[in-house]
Amino acid sequence: MASFGRLIRLAFGACALLLVIMAAPASAQQVNPTASSVKEQQLLQELNRIQGRVSIPDQRSGVLEQPQGREWREFRNVTLRWIGGVAIIGMLAVLVIFYLTRGMVRLESGRSGRTIVRFTLFERFVHWMTATCFIILAISGLNITFGRPLLLPLIGFEAFSEWSQWAKYAHNYLSFPFTIGVILIFLMWIAGNLPNKVDVAWIKRGGGIVGHDHPPAYRFNAGQKMIYWIVVIGGGLVAATGYALMFPFYMSGIEGMQMAQIIHSVVAVLFVAAMIAHIYIGTIGMEGAFEAMGSGEVDLNWAREHHSLWLDEEMARTGPNDQTPQPATAAAE
Amino acid sequence: MARMKFLCDADRCIECNACVTACKNEHEVPWGINRRRVVTINDGKPGERSVTMACMHCTDAPCAAVCPVNCFYTTADGVVLHSKDLCIGCGYCFYACPFGAPQYPKVGNFGSRGKMDKCTYCAGGPEADGSREEYEKYGANRLAEGKLPLCAEMCSTKSLLAGDGEIIAQIYKERVMKRGYGSGAWGWKTAYRETIES
Repeated sequence: MASFGRLIRLAFGACALLLVIMAAPASAQQVNPTASSVKEQQLLQELNRIQGRVSIPDQRSGVLEQPQGREWREFRNVTLRWIGGVAIIGMLAVLVIFYLTRGMVRLESGRSGRTIVRFTLFERFVHWMTATCFIILAISGLNITFGRPLLLPLIGFEAFSEWSQWAKYAHNYLSFPFTIGVILIFLMWIAGNLPNKVDVAWIKRGGGIVGHDHPPAYRFNAGQKMIYWIVVIGGGLVAATGYALMFPFYMSGIEGMQMAQIIHSVVAVLFVAAMIAHIYIGTIGMEGAFEAMGSGEVDLNWAREHHSLWLDEEMARTGPNDQTPQPATAAAE
Repeated sequence: MARMKFLCDADRCIECNACVTACKNEHEVPWGINRRRVVTINDGKPGERSVTMACMHCTDAPCAAVCPVNCFYTTADGVVLHSKDLCIGCGYCFYACPFGAPQYPKVGNFGSRGKMDKCTYCAGGPEADGSREEYEKYGANRLAEGKLPLCAEMCSTKSLLAGDGEIIAQIYKERVMKRGYGSGAWGWKTAYRETIES
């Protein structure tokens, strides 16, 4: 029995040896143990990113490689500067040319000396809160895109970093009152800003500033409605994308943040260009317009020329504000 | 001058995380930040592969290009470093980086990410070499002492190579020749716009 067992063992051993000998040429000839493993270029071609598992607490670091940052870099350093530069400098140029040719749009019938309330104290407060925030947000935002080529060479690294740091804090914290302002503007002026047939006629006649005409309008004419919707939609977009960037990874990964930055910055520079036009018309572009947001009361003649239908409504409701005659301004013009 | 690079021979990486631990300890990197990590793709499945990754110190680095305050600089050795005194923590380098290298001590807290932190190739920062301020902000400056990054020095399988790009590429090529296979230098095409022909 013992010899039989030895025989079996010998037979097994011989078999095993035979297997090894037969397999040997292959293994000696360089077997690639990772031949079936994933390949970098193949993964990048499939998904444009490589992701895996990490054993450290920060699970977001599981993204190994995502070369699309390159396209985002091109957008941030080249495309955005062109869009922003053309939109903002273009708008300024158009306004300068317009002012030089057309000048301030005067009150044709002069001032009546009688005024009517156009914006209440609350409305003006909301407007100026949003406006102040907007100007600071715009300057601190433009600094991120244009500061490095334009301002940094002038004031040096330390001063520019210090200023940019404060600008960033201002940008982040003032976003909250700005967002509240946009929401309040949306709610308190929505009724007067729904497009209607009067707007079509108003646009056809070139409005009050392009055409030498005074087409009738309700409380807000088509141009003002445009500004309203730019503020509401543009403001909504910059707020939403801005918060996505301020709270990283709450809403998306890196690729989502790149997209958020693209939307945020393009909408923002167009927004700035539109607001430059708004500021122009509200100040030096049109006589009597600033008072609407300044004192809150406009001259009856201004209201008649620019918002005839609104004036008719108001007159039917309350009548003009006789308590505050303005003889000083009535004498002018 | 040398052009310092990292090269991960992914066929040798066994995900032991010695590089990660070495880096954290050498530089006393704060909790929550990992300048280097090991990513395992297809973990536990056929075709699994581990790759260690940190800042690749790219040629024409995207982080430096997009930084709004221009706080990055490239040393004579090709190492991409930054100044934490100039950094405003805006997060732009982190959107641009293909390797997820820049990190912030306070990610998630609005308004204040804190100063960006990333792999320095064990080369410190703009402060005087080996000074206390440099160590506190950026960690050890081994390069100034004539030593290579500790992650590569400590790699248990010598998968991670650090040093002059041409020399480590040569070492890798010889390995590939000898063993007969190689999966290429991971990240090189993205970081340096070149691959190692093998």
